[in-house]
Amino acid sequence: MNRSPAIKRYNQRVIWLSLLYVVVLIAAVYGFNRQLVGGPLAYIAAVLPAVPIIGIFAAMGRYLVEEQDEYVRMLTVRQSLWATGLALSVATIWGFLESFELVGHIDSYYVAIVWFGGLGLGAIINRLTLGAQVRC
Amino acid sequence: MENRLRVLRAERAWSQQDLAERLEVSRQSVNAIETGKYDPSLPLAFRIAELFERPIEEIFVSPSRRSSKAI
Repeated sequence: MNRSPAIKRYNQRVIWLSLLYVVVLIAAVYGFNRQLVGGPLAYIAAVLPAVPIIGIFAAMGRYLVEEQDEYVRMLTVRQSLWATGLALSVATIWGFLESFELVGHIDSYYVAIVWFGGLGLGAIINRLTLGAQVRC
Repeated sequence: MENRLRVLRAERAWSQQDLAERLEVSRQSVNAIETGKYDPSLPLAFRIAELFERPIEEIFVSPSRRSSKAI
């Protein structure tokens, strides 16, 4: 399958944002472990690793705007909806389990990881239902 | 949506890739439209009609007309 210019741009953005995430996360962990940050700066340092992740969500949105092939765009939208449905469902179920003290606490940023996993699920469902190959 | 895209393409001896390049879409889009798995938007349907120099209704079978025939 030929990759559209929009997909190439999306991939480039995701690679750069992933690298940025690694750098920022390492810096934040280092800063907190060495107690280099405190006060209001601690909040900024804690939130910084989230920024590249939010950037990846934005990159997906940007891709949907830039993709010129309407069928491929529709496949990606389906993928994203499956990912969103999965992430929200898992978060809701876990929230109740946690409320009734049946499971331990999990940091809420894992929802993003479930969402990325959901993109894979969406790709499989696209493949099974439409025989379509999509990236992500 | 049922359509005559495969027939029209075959008349011109175009591959799916040839048609995809002319329409500026992916080959899998052409395949999805041909097999009725995906209904193109109106702008894309017009592009297809203009490429084959046929009215849209000669390429795509109206679902309502198809069901009324069945009745």
